[in-house]
Amino acid sequence: MEQKLRALEEQAKQDVNEAQSTDALEKVRVKYLGKKGELTQVLRGMGSLSAEERPIVGKIANVVRESIEKSLDQAKLHIKNIEMTAKLEAEAIDVTMPGKETKIGRKHPLSQGLDELKDIFISMGFKVAEGPEVETVYYNFDALNAAQNHPSRDMRDTFYINDDVILRTQTSPVQVRVMEKMKPPIRIISPGRCFRNDTPDATHSPMFHQLEGLVVDKGITLADLKGTLEVFVKKFLGDHTQIKFRPHHFPFTEPSAEIDATCFKCNGDGCPFCKKSGWIELLGAGMVHPNVLKNVGIDPEVYSGFAFGMGIDRLVMLKYGIDDIRLLFENDMRFLNQF
Amino acid sequence: MFVPVKWLKEYVNINIDTKTFADKMTMSGSKVEEVKEVAKGIMGVVVGKILSITAHPNADKLVIVSIDVGKEKLQIVTGADNISEGDYVPVALHGAELADGLKIKKGKLRGEVSEGMLCSQEELGISKNLIPEELKDGIWILDQAYPIGSDIKEVLPLEDEVIEFEITSNRPDCLSMIGIAREAAATIDTKLLYPEVKINEVDNKAEDIATVSIEDEDGCPRYMARVIKDVKIEPSPLWMQQRLAKAGVRPINNIVDITNYVMLEYGQPLHAFDIDFVKDNHIIVRKAKNEEKITTLDGVERTLKNNMTVIADPDKALAIAGVMGGEESEVTNNTQTILLEAAYFNNDSVRQTSKELGLRSEASSRFEKGLDPNLVEVASKRACQLIEELGAGTILKGAVDQYPKVYETKKMTIRPTRINNLLGLNLTTEEMINILEKLEISAKTKENMIEVTVPSFRIDLDQEADFVEEIGRMYGFDNIPATMAKGNITVGGRTNEQTIEDYTKKILSNMGINEVLTYSFISPKGVDKIKLGENDIKRNFVKLINPLGDETSVMRTTILPNIMEVMERNYNRKVEAASAFEIGRVFIPQPDKKKKLPLELKRLVMGMYGEVDFFTIKGNVITLLERLGITNYKFEAEKYNPTYHPGRCANIILGEYNLGTIGEIHPVVAEEYGIGSRTYCAELDFELIIQFARLDVVYKQLPKYPAITRDFAVVLKDEIFVQSIEDIISKMGKGILENYKLFDVYKGDQVDQGYKSVAYTLTFRHKERTLKDDEVNKVYNKIIDSIKEELGGTLRE
Repeated sequence: MEQKLRALEEQAKQDVNEAQSTDALEKVRVKYLGKKGELTQVLRGMGSLSAEERPIVGKIANVVRESIEKSLDQAKLHIKNIEMTAKLEAEAIDVTMPGKETKIGRKHPLSQGLDELKDIFISMGFKVAEGPEVETVYYNFDALNAAQNHPSRDMRDTFYINDDVILRTQTSPVQVRVMEKMKPPIRIISPGRCFRNDTPDATHSPMFHQLEGLVVDKGITLADLKGTLEVFVKKFLGDHTQIKFRPHHFPFTEPSAEIDATCFKCNGDGCPFCKKSGWIELLGAGMVHPNVLKNVGIDPEVYSGFAFGMGIDRLVMLKYGIDDIRLLFENDMRFLNQF
Repeated sequence: MFVPVKWLKEYVNINIDTKTFADKMTMSGSKVEEVKEVAKGIMGVVVGKILSITAHPNADKLVIVSIDVGKEKLQIVTGADNISEGDYVPVALHGAELADGLKIKKGKLRGEVSEGMLCSQEELGISKNLIPEELKDGIWILDQAYPIGSDIKEVLPLEDEVIEFEITSNRPDCLSMIGIAREAAATIDTKLLYPEVKINEVDNKAEDIATVSIEDEDGCPRYMARVIKDVKIEPSPLWMQQRLAKAGVRPINNIVDITNYVMLEYGQPLHAFDIDFVKDNHIIVRKAKNEEKITTLDGVERTLKNNMTVIADPDKALAIAGVMGGEESEVTNNTQTILLEAAYFNNDSVRQTSKELGLRSEASSRFEKGLDPNLVEVASKRACQLIEELGAGTILKGAVDQYPKVYETKKMTIRPTRINNLLGLNLTTEEMINILEKLEISAKTKENMIEVTVPSFRIDLDQEADFVEEIGRMYGFDNIPATMAKGNITVGGRTNEQTIEDYTKKILSNMGINEVLTYSFISPKGVDKIKLGENDIKRNFVKLINPLGDETSVMRTTILPNIMEVMERNYNRKVEAASAFEIGRVFIPQPDKKKKLPLELKRLVMGMYGEVDFFTIKGNVITLLERLGITNYKFEAEKYNPTYHPGRCANIILGEYNLGTIGEIHPVVAEEYGIGSRTYCAELDFELIIQFARLDVVYKQLPKYPAITRDFAVVLKDEIFVQSIEDIISKMGKGILENYKLFDVYKGDQVDQGYKSVAYTLTFRHKERTLKDDEVNKVYNKIIDSIKEELGGTLRE
């Protein structure tokens, strides 16, 4: 009996070794271990054994079964590996073929620039204010201390709807509207579209974008203006950026200044980009003119403030090296897709 | 303002290099645009005297010149025809270098040896437009017998640096050499050296010859006339011509050059009349008569209006005050006696006149900015001094000075504490006074304040704030510390509307649609191109009265034409596919006349062509609305919108509101724009979007109990919209229907012509327990029965 079992084991292992596929292995399993398998048959025949022989043979039979199972498992694993390798080899693809396109649109580069600026100022405690694009002469000029004969009021510079109504030439009227409604402390930025009677060319556009800021509170100084803009410029152009305050003139601020920053391409060494000067004109700013505060009913003896403004179009053009402002409004997809 | 540095140094001692000086000026408020070097490269050009001129044997247009250049005599071939024997001219020797870098070499011209070149002004670095008329096309004939053979740069002040300053509109006083010198002196802390102005008048008095009466005192608060006899018109000396040319003014003759020179020096425009053309030698300053005519110096006849000021004699207008002189009384080579005008004209009046006549001059651009009324006297005297010095005439004694409205010196007090508070500084009163006095503003302490006397040349100084600027800029903005604003805390942020707008842009761009920005003004023809009806309210525009052109003449009432233009431009440029959106404003006129401003409403417009169809843009809109938390809207077919394909257009309806319209652009509209590709657009009322958007997210528990699904397909008439099926599904499924999904629409052999098969998956789920088949079947059967009954559908097995 024992010999029969050993022979069976030997035979089974040989069959396992000869099997070449999972299916063949399964057949081997059925042949020996299935319900009608040869080992099963042998075990069934144990009834005819004596009581002494039965446990001994039973033990041997179990060892044989485990041995067959074990070689079956090993073989299965081996064959599976071979089959997997073959399958994967067959599935190889040309990985240099193009990827499937995922379409992602872009915000307009001007919006992206504005977002960046807005986020910086919001983090510094500024709220975002908006106002009308079609504006009264009062808000755009009179309230901002622009002399009645200021050249910017001219039809050659400003688009008129009628004698009292124009397309705003700056976003400063928003500041006036905010100051009329809000009492200090005021900290706002006003981004938006502006218009000037300029025939479009590479550097001029009848529509352009500005972002202006306004702070009004007790004890605000020119030193505070410098500090605020320094933080802004460093956040926007990088920590190493230096700024320069040049005295200038604007009707609605006194004192007024223009602010230059070290060129972000050459870090101030001078390059064709900054016309070799090392500096780039960035902002106009100043202390809010007392006349402007009076016009909106804020007492300039109690409160003071500063305002600043910048052209977004130019900043964005500088940042990306765009050499023609008209590209911003042509909206060619091949242009927009670059940002 | 162009400032030649050598000239400037006459008034102020600048002992630093020009670059450093320019930087300092910029930082004290006079911005330097550019420093130009003039005649820098010129080398090897000397003074020569023409000995003889003979014909060229082989060329009619050339001559052979024998010339003495000191060490030797040279033979030079030239084509110039303005030279004579005995003339002193600049000669470029062999090896010389000219202003434009040209190198001169010996050579032969048509067989004759030429050992150098005679030079024109242009070749010596003077711009063509600044060369006197008579020398424009010829050799520079020098004005006197300079030592022969000497280097031209030693005898003529050719070489120089010219600083271009940007002068802001509040500082007209800086449009002069002395104004700039004053700023320079304050900036580099030195003294301003005024020219010493004195004249040797002769006995006859000017007032015995000429009289002046001012009828228009508002237009002309001061008029001073001087009389110069024995006038000799000739070119002015080269030193003066050189200064004028470097400052950008073309030399004409001695009298004109002197008036220009004084204008550049002091900022005061002057005008010279030939007194023979002034009737009775009587000057009247009056308002023009309506329709009065005058021919100005430029030869153009001008028609005047009664708000303009003119200089006249008893018969006629002689000049337009502060703008331009008349042709008739112009100084000519025959002029013997001159009446020299120095006047203070009202700036607004000059600006208005200049604007209305469309006539701007160097004089008008100065008067209109506002001048110093006290300049009249010194400028008039200075001009006479130069006339004397140049031997251009004899000055009669005294001046006729009408000054009906005398300028009153302004005094005011300013507070040092306040100034420190605004600048963020801690300057002493003495420091402030010191700064002010450098600027020639006299200042003294008065109690705790400073009393200042505003000089007449500083018309911009009007209140304390102006002095804050003066002290700040001269102390140096760069020396002011940088601090952060103290005071109250403010919380930054966007409004809800701004957040929704930004989020919308993000969603749309994430879906592959590019944001575009287009002009707020459009052509009124835009609404024709999109075929809006004749009575469409969008044809009612806010119009510009001075547009750049018809293309940008009205404020948009719809963004659709803008988007169509973007599609058109991309299509024309052969861009394969385009998807664009814009969120912007439209402008609706207010019927109420009391409201000055139009309504400005936000709109979202999308447009696309390429690998897209109606359901692409619909899907985009649905996803957008879903992300914005807007639900319960419906798409309703719209057949009558003239912009869109009548069978491929829908309105988006939410309750009583129309959120917008989407559809395929009508082929007729597409043709208007020349777009040969099917184009899809969506127009959404962004004001409503903002109103209905809900961005706050509330988490819903994930389902705990299993769902049961049922699929079905029904066959029904083709013209029935699936919306009808979905309405029934939603209505009948209420309670346990979780969602439904259309997964197939079939038309073809398997169904009758004019019919379609539509297949749905329904998903049922109960929140609190596992559903039983029975209850699902009940609801499912109700849905199927209703579809059969209401829509005449048959279940497809």
